[in-house]
Amino acid sequence: MSNTPAPKRAPRPPAELVLANGMRFSGESFGAPASRAGEIVFNTGMVGYPEALTDPSYRGQILALTYPLQGNYGMQGGSEGALRSVGMESDRIQASGLVVADYAEDFSHWSAGRSLGEWLASEGVPAITGVDTRALTRVIRQHGTMLGKIIVAGADVPYYDPDADNLVAQVSAGAPEEFGSGTWRIVVVDCGCKENIVRNLAERGLRVKRVPWDYDFTQEKPDGFVMSNGPGDPTMARPTIERLREVLRGDTPVMGICLGHQLMALALGAKTYKLKFGHRGQNQPVRRTTDGRCFITSQNHSFAVDEKTLPQDWEPLFTNLNDGTNEGMRHASGTKFSVQFHPEAAPGPVDTATLFDEFLAKVQA
Amino acid sequence: MIEHPKKVVILGSGALKIGEAGEFDYSGAQAIKALKQEGIETILINPNIATIQTSDHLADRVYFLPVNPDFVERVIEREKPDGLLLSFGGQTALNCGLALEKRGVLAKHNVRVLGTPVEAIRDTEDRELFVRRLDKLGVPSPRSRACTTLEEALATAEELGYPVMARAAFALGGLGSGVCRDKAQLTERAHKALALSPQLLVEEYLEGWKEIEYEVVRDAADNCITVCNMENLDPLGIHTGESIVVAPSQTLTNREYHMLREVAIRVVRDLGIVGECNIQYALDPKSERYRVIEVNARLSRSSALASKATGYPLAFVAAKLALGYSLHEIPNAITKVTTAFFEPALDYIVVKVPRWDLRKFRHAVRRIGSSMKSVGEVMAIGRTFEEAMQKALRMIEVGAMGLYANSGFGSEDLATDLAEPTEERIFSVVEALDQGWTVDRIHALTHIDRWFLHKIAGVVRLGQRLRAAEELDAPLLREAKRMGFADRQLARMRSGDEDAIRALRTAHGIHPVLRQIDTLAAEYPARTNYLYFSYHGLEDEAAASPQRSILILGSGAYRIGSSVEFDWCAVNAAMTLRKAGFNTVMLNCNPETVSTDYDESDMLVFDELSLETIAEIFRTLRVEGAIVSMGGQTPNNLALKLHRAGFRILGTAPESIDRAENRLRFSALLDELGVDQPEWAQLADGAEAKLFANKIGYPVLVRPSYVLSGSAMAVASNDAEFERFIGRAAAVSREYPVVISKFFDNAKEIEFDGVAQDGEIVEYAFCEHVENAGVHSGDATLVLPPQRIYLETMRVVLETARKIAAALRINGPFNIQFLARKNFIKVIECNLRASRSFPFVSKVANRNFIDTATRVIMGERVAPATRPFFDLPYVAVKAPHFSFLRLEGADPALGVEMTSTGEVACFGDNFYEAFLKSLIAVGYRFPIKSILISSGDIASKAELLESMKAFADLGIQFYATMGSALFLIENGFSATALHWPMETKKPNTIDYIREKKIDLVINIPKNYQDDELTNDYLIRRAAVDFGVPLLTNRQLVRRLAEALTYIKPDQMQIRSWNEYTSRVAGDTAPAPSRGHRPAGAIS
Repeated sequence: MSNTPAPKRAPRPPAELVLANGMRFSGESFGAPASRAGEIVFNTGMVGYPEALTDPSYRGQILALTYPLQGNYGMQGGSEGALRSVGMESDRIQASGLVVADYAEDFSHWSAGRSLGEWLASEGVPAITGVDTRALTRVIRQHGTMLGKIIVAGADVPYYDPDADNLVAQVSAGAPEEFGSGTWRIVVVDCGCKENIVRNLAERGLRVKRVPWDYDFTQEKPDGFVMSNGPGDPTMARPTIERLREVLRGDTPVMGICLGHQLMALALGAKTYKLKFGHRGQNQPVRRTTDGRCFITSQNHSFAVDEKTLPQDWEPLFTNLNDGTNEGMRHASGTKFSVQFHPEAAPGPVDTATLFDEFLAKVQA
Repeated sequence: MIEHPKKVVILGSGALKIGEAGEFDYSGAQAIKALKQEGIETILINPNIATIQTSDHLADRVYFLPVNPDFVERVIEREKPDGLLLSFGGQTALNCGLALEKRGVLAKHNVRVLGTPVEAIRDTEDRELFVRRLDKLGVPSPRSRACTTLEEALATAEELGYPVMARAAFALGGLGSGVCRDKAQLTERAHKALALSPQLLVEEYLEGWKEIEYEVVRDAADNCITVCNMENLDPLGIHTGESIVVAPSQTLTNREYHMLREVAIRVVRDLGIVGECNIQYALDPKSERYRVIEVNARLSRSSALASKATGYPLAFVAAKLALGYSLHEIPNAITKVTTAFFEPALDYIVVKVPRWDLRKFRHAVRRIGSSMKSVGEVMAIGRTFEEAMQKALRMIEVGAMGLYANSGFGSEDLATDLAEPTEERIFSVVEALDQGWTVDRIHALTHIDRWFLHKIAGVVRLGQRLRAAEELDAPLLREAKRMGFADRQLARMRSGDEDAIRALRTAHGIHPVLRQIDTLAAEYPARTNYLYFSYHGLEDEAAASPQRSILILGSGAYRIGSSVEFDWCAVNAAMTLRKAGFNTVMLNCNPETVSTDYDESDMLVFDELSLETIAEIFRTLRVEGAIVSMGGQTPNNLALKLHRAGFRILGTAPESIDRAENRLRFSALLDELGVDQPEWAQLADGAEAKLFANKIGYPVLVRPSYVLSGSAMAVASNDAEFERFIGRAAAVSREYPVVISKFFDNAKEIEFDGVAQDGEIVEYAFCEHVENAGVHSGDATLVLPPQRIYLETMRVVLETARKIAAALRINGPFNIQFLARKNFIKVIECNLRASRSFPFVSKVANRNFIDTATRVIMGERVAPATRPFFDLPYVAVKAPHFSFLRLEGADPALGVEMTSTGEVACFGDNFYEAFLKSLIAVGYRFPIKSILISSGDIASKAELLESMKAFADLGIQFYATMGSALFLIENGFSATALHWPMETKKPNTIDYIREKKIDLVINIPKNYQDDELTNDYLIRRAAVDFGVPLLTNRQLVRRLAEALTYIKPDQMQIRSWNEYTSRVAGDTAPAPSRGHRPAGAIS
């Protein structure tokens, strides 16, 4: 018989995921031993939990991953430099909690320094494993996104509706910051900006000034504006929308991503609405209306632009192949465009990174 | 959009072989469906008669002809197609297509290759062109150089950096290959290798690198996606066909996953693939460095696996893309509301485990490595790695219970077995962990990623707890089930029985849930019932159908002796049931099959063929009963167990199945019926066994207990041989008895395939073995209608079959094997299930035996067939295909153990035409200008004289070993004598074979099996290794001599299947005796 020592790890405390409709999923806690409430959303990507967790667009949300095996490659060591090491899309975990089916405490990767659980715990974020995430996903698919909470060791907390808060204000940078070097200057309006947007711009030789969401960027005279992604209901970012309206009246190239796309639409007088359960994953197919080309995109959004409400000189640029919702728009001049998906990926496919090249071309034109 | 072709020729892959198996039945069948949907006329060339793609409901016309440029050109001349599909028939079809293009045949006949253009195929097939293209893209590939001198080798190694891999080119079985870690090692190895071989390949050595694959799809409009990625558990160095594989990848970060995905798309775009392809990578486990190993510009085994793993029908989509469609124009077959332009999101893990049969082959090397030796595979689906992995190990049916609680896989030298893997390495990993080895120590020896090892370690720890626990309480049982422990595995560990564990589970309400595979991780509802079981889940996603539901059990993993033929049976049974309005539930776990296409049945459960799973299917889907007679021996073996557990078996009663399967009971039945059988006895003592052998007289067949020795059956000709076999079987005991039976080799062997209703035969066919008895029926060449059997023999066979069918009250398909000598017959075996030859007899007779059998099983009254087999105006021959080339060291002599991996069948106006075509279809090449003969003992030599005369008359030159040369010369032939391999003298047989001076090797073994490395063995092995056709059977030699005398290659007719069979339809008069007993074959 065997002489293997018994596993040394302590049993995990019990945890529960409770939905606003009363459904309860039991499991075990593997993050911070704290209860937390938020909006429950699911993401179908099969890799990229560090990127997803640090994506500011998840602010206020409890992230459920449909791929059951998580934590496999752990988490790399601490952050370094002005732009954090790859895998980190902001300086901290932004999601309120994590829900998985089968957490791997024994991670394995050359770049990893700690487990996913250790990282979550160090940032005070609760996580639950052992949940039937497929059943959970089916509930959300049928009933729509709903509020919920992770309760660790029975310590209940009240529900929390992130849509009621201005989440952009919570995640946006506190002060302007500059990155990269080069002749061409870009202002990135940070509404919860993923760092890979900045990386993509800097890699292309652009000088980037990242400014807070409520910064008066109309005073800047850059060669281009990028409206970043971000969390929550776009209508919350009033001051940004107002300033953006002015920018869009001018000739400076503008590129919008995700929330940035929605903000541009609102600035143009178009409408946004909340999808039943949003698009979150790395396999969202979109089709470019101009030439019919199709792309696989990374997405993470609850709200969408109602393209019927776009002004005359703007036209839809991309359409979601699954459900026909709007995925992008462009101005007749060609200098301004925005997309609902994430060309910066991280996590996800990099197929549409060429949009940054297109933007660069417009900036340099 | 390109204009659609009107008529398309599709090339199949021919016989199943190692490296090219059932996956191409799946892909070809899907392609045909996709084309038919567009109203395109489809012409299929494939001699593999056991496939579903060669069924009458698919292609418009089927040619059972060799897939080689000569035959295909003649079909093209005749059919005048405007399109050709090359990427659905494996390497065989691809190579044939490239040859046709090179010969200018395609241009001459204006045939367009659909999908990936020939230039792109060539760029992926030609190593130099391929590397050049990758270089241009800045994509790295493993560096290597062919060196002819030591200096060149050393310079190359300096350039690449040590360690390097050195391989002797054109050497037998990797002789002289190995890792060189410094200059001294390389110098030594290069000296040796260059003595044996003109070239030494010096390669960059990527030790322990991860092996990752992506399946890529691209349309003509340049839209490109990756449908699935996969990670090999066994790192680089083990062929991906030999590796345990998981999908999706488990140890890759987002960056690595998408970096390789982006490279895949870039490479595929650059190559200009239109359709589907596979790209393989090596990825450094310590950095983000990678290498592209290869691109397969066609459907592959991996793409079949990816299709089943994701639910994305790659072959079907690839065929549509070949017609010019864009991905977004093709609907998603599972959701029906989205399109084919998406990348599946899995919410489960898939584990593929190969199935090997290496122990069946005498002398075969059991270490696995860079060449493929496995003969089949299974795929398991679970919500955790542990669940899927344990399922998969049970599915391969090698006696494993899962990862833990196995017996019979013990390693005597763990460190060696971990570092130099055999097919059982995974069990050595478990054994090491169980003995307390650390994950790091095992990783150092195996390079298997620690993530996998940690997961396996978790299973081992739980296994130890399960063994030690005083009580198997509900929480522990639930934990065990979630970690993939099967009821029967727990039963073994808790020394109980499986039923007790199931009862305990039921008492605690622990059941698995039925989960749907929907391609989108539940984001959109699935409209298709593609299902698996998991113990991780709260709710079933499929419910019982309001229709009457019938469960069909598929074949499980393909293996020697059970292969695509049983998939054909299962699929046909499902078709008949669906037509009759039943809700069909298919259970199978083999990703290479058509039965696991989710559109072939109403519900597909991709899971274990086990009592536990079937019980859960009865519970959740409320099936009425199970059909166990279509999937071969695996389902058949479950019949009695299921019956005893209270589950209804449809068709022949399980009691009868047991009576036919149980040797003692069946023997008693034959005695009762007055039917003769070879003398036999089951003995628990070696000395008694020897006495019995002497009593019945040598030769005798010795069947040791498999569990005990793992050794194969053998034929003993004398006491000495007998003692050797018994000795090898270690201790014969009551628990592990040995079966001794009289062995006949100068008798005819006849296969009787039939369908009976309530014990009355309603359909039947006789097939004659071309070889005399002694060659396993699966390795025999079969002919229909029989050629050399007395009418009286057939009458007796039919009468005997009638008696047996009546006595066992057979209700469904069955097969009986007979020995016949001078009109006396003996029964050697009886199976109350469909047999290997059912597709063959059904397609040759153009009467679907499975359709009839299924209707009988469901209780429909079926009128007995009235037409005998003798008025077929054609002859069909089924020939075996052997994969010895892949099986380093294996002795290719035919014997009592089956060793063929596949089969073909061809039609002709007479036996000889059909025979020659089928030989060509399994790789024999004509014309033959020289033969190397070693013709066995004196009786054998004499028997072959007539054939030698025929060969000589054909102008064939003879080379022979000493004795045979002497015999030939004495008999008036001219022959050149060559020395035996073990004599180092020249001229030597081996040199002549190696130098391709020989077109055919005839080697008639002097013993039933060579247990030592004899001269004869070395000749046979050299023939295999150097690709020279080999015959080891006297009857085959004689038939070949006759065939070559009577038939010239250009006389071989190019006719489609229905051209042959419609000749029957044309002369069918209304049968006067319809509805009565068959008139019988002898009327």
